[in-house]
Amino acid sequence: MITLTIDGEEVTVSEGTTILEAARRINIKIPHLCYMDGLVPHGACGICLVEVEGERNLTRSCVRPVQQGMKVYTSNAKIRNIRKMLLELLLSDHPTDCFTCDRSLNCELKELASNLGVKTIRFEKSRNQRRKDETSLAIIRNPEKCVLCGRCVRVCNDIQTVGALDFANRGAELIVTTGLKKGLGNSECVNCGQCIHVCPVAAITEKKSIDDVWKAISDPTKHVVVQEAPAVRVALGEALGLPPGTLVTGKMHAALKKLGFDTVFDTNFSADLTIMEEGSELVKRIKEGGALPLITSCCPGWVKFAEHFYPDLLQHISTCKSPQQMFGALAKTYFAERSGLNPANIVSVSVMPCTAKKFEAQRPEMCSSGYRDVDYVLTTREIASMIKEAGIDFENLPDEPAEKLMGYYSGAATIFGVTGGVMEAALRTAYKLITGYDLEDIDIEPVRGMRGIRTASVEANGMTIRVAVAHGLGNARKLLEEIRSGTSPYHFIEIMACPGGCVGGGGQPLGFDITLRNTRGRSLYKEDKNLPCRRSHQNPAIEKLYMEYLGEPLGEKSHHLLHTHYTPRNGAADLNEILEICSKPI
Amino acid sequence: MTLSILKENIKGIETEEEKLRIFCELHKIIDTYRGTTGAPIRILQKAQELCGYLPEPVLMLISKELNLSLSKLYSILTFYHFFTTVPKGKYVIQVCKGTACYVKGGQKILDTLKRDFNLEPGGITEDGKFSLDMVRCLGCCGLSPVIAVGNDVYRKVKPSQLKDILSKYK
Repeated sequence: MITLTIDGEEVTVSEGTTILEAARRINIKIPHLCYMDGLVPHGACGICLVEVEGERNLTRSCVRPVQQGMKVYTSNAKIRNIRKMLLELLLSDHPTDCFTCDRSLNCELKELASNLGVKTIRFEKSRNQRRKDETSLAIIRNPEKCVLCGRCVRVCNDIQTVGALDFANRGAELIVTTGLKKGLGNSECVNCGQCIHVCPVAAITEKKSIDDVWKAISDPTKHVVVQEAPAVRVALGEALGLPPGTLVTGKMHAALKKLGFDTVFDTNFSADLTIMEEGSELVKRIKEGGALPLITSCCPGWVKFAEHFYPDLLQHISTCKSPQQMFGALAKTYFAERSGLNPANIVSVSVMPCTAKKFEAQRPEMCSSGYRDVDYVLTTREIASMIKEAGIDFENLPDEPAEKLMGYYSGAATIFGVTGGVMEAALRTAYKLITGYDLEDIDIEPVRGMRGIRTASVEANGMTIRVAVAHGLGNARKLLEEIRSGTSPYHFIEIMACPGGCVGGGGQPLGFDITLRNTRGRSLYKEDKNLPCRRSHQNPAIEKLYMEYLGEPLGEKSHHLLHTHYTPRNGAADLNEILEICSKPI
Repeated sequence: MTLSILKENIKGIETEEEKLRIFCELHKIIDTYRGTTGAPIRILQKAQELCGYLPEPVLMLISKELNLSLSKLYSILTFYHFFTTVPKGKYVIQVCKGTACYVKGGQKILDTLKRDFNLEPGGITEDGKFSLDMVRCLGCCGLSPVIAVGNDVYRKVKPSQLKDILSKYK
């Protein structure tokens, strides 16, 4: 243990602690910008400078480990002046379109300027204009607003191990960009949107569909249907001022009706459907000897990650479409037929906690209804802003249900929104499919929680089903490497790209804090507990769908509407071939 | 051969067999340095020797073999002035923008090259004959403003002389 003095107060911390962390223990909040909990400190911005007695220069407290007997000062005239100057320099290079900025109400840079008492900017604006990167279907980067804190680079490389973003050039020319500046849309970016969560300003935002959706709603010739993902119901309230984790299912449905959507359904319905298909696929693969482990396919971030980095393992991924896409395919077939609507006049909108869903909806193969299965994807943040724009008093809305046909759901569906939830839901149904009985202990605790990787095993008919769950793509890699090396002991693996699962998706209210995400997740488990039906195969709307329309899981119609295929990306297979040719002696 | 990477453009290398030879060469280079300190930089250096610049398919292969993201590789190569991702011309023009040359009109030379030859620092003419680098000092400030074309140095250059100077190079 190491004892030091910070602003005259003694504090004892373990070796390796930084000054910034040590100061926090005694409730001294050292101002900072590039530092962020959950990311490796980088020491880029210099805002967290402090003075160490006996040292000539100020030091960056976020990267400086404590030393025995150190005397630290965190706020004196010299420090305050330098911090202010650093911030002024940053601001001199920053656009001032705050009124119309995406982050006008939650800009960390603006807050810092206010907190540090910056009242004037003495420096002339000097930075060159930089073009926006609009190559991606999901995420827009605006380098004009970038403050070069490097948080996005760290989350993309260290947490997600995707490496789509990095610094390029040096000195005054330093920028954050993609490889060869080709743009996110032409990179390995999986659209997880974690970079949006960590960006202190509006340099990274989602590609918005708000205008398109307003237009569809106000078009009398269109019938606009909407579906909402599980994780939206525990975050939308938060985005509209309610405490984090508040469950707002009923208010959410009511608000969507008020916004003018013609039919309000629920993605949870198709989450149940996914379980029917995926559970059947698992059982089939176990019984008939398909590629194991089977890996879940609901997360489009993970799917694109696999297509880039594990093209050799694509046969392990379930062929099931994600709930969003299953829903989309049914909206323009099953629902259109039932309601006598021309599918050409149906506009299918989804509300998602996710930025990667925007990309998924645009994948060329996602039009098995004969039309684009999902036309527009809105994030939780976008729908919140539409609700605000329409002047809806969200907090005081009465609860309303979704349309039953494709809106009734089980507890198994709602936990899809949190890491481990898909696994738990699948096991509840797979157990029934294998044994013919319902799993008695329905709460499968070992797959819950926020540890990076969790494992469990379930006994069914004398057979042990071994499962694993990973969230955050860095964690997922560990399980994938096991499969690659042939040592994976599992039958079934759930992967969600975002830390925490969809509750921490790139479209959710901003925040990288895992505790906050856990709060949302716990709220989903609570909803599950309180629902009358907690197993996907017992959902009467699903039974009806199979009876009246689809036939049976994995049947011909299901195969056509609900299943998909994957594509190796970035010439990965090509490069492998080249390497093979090159490795042979000539 | 149906590999799409062989369809990618590498300047100065026409046939797919030739490209494949380059890739095999590259593979050997990568194998030589794999695991050593500073491997990416050494490999980039050798790769640039091989092709004259760092074309995209070459970078993709290095990125794949070193298990290093393309953005990381780009980060490394843009840090050093030496590396270039655009092909160099047959003749490299260097225009000095050191203090003396700048004061004596180095910027005007750059402006003229841009206006009359559509040539910017880091760029190359359409016919591939000239590429332009901006440098900080050629070590003969008394002769400013100075430019160099290939190994020839020109002193006290006026923008109006550029056309004549460049017309000497075939």
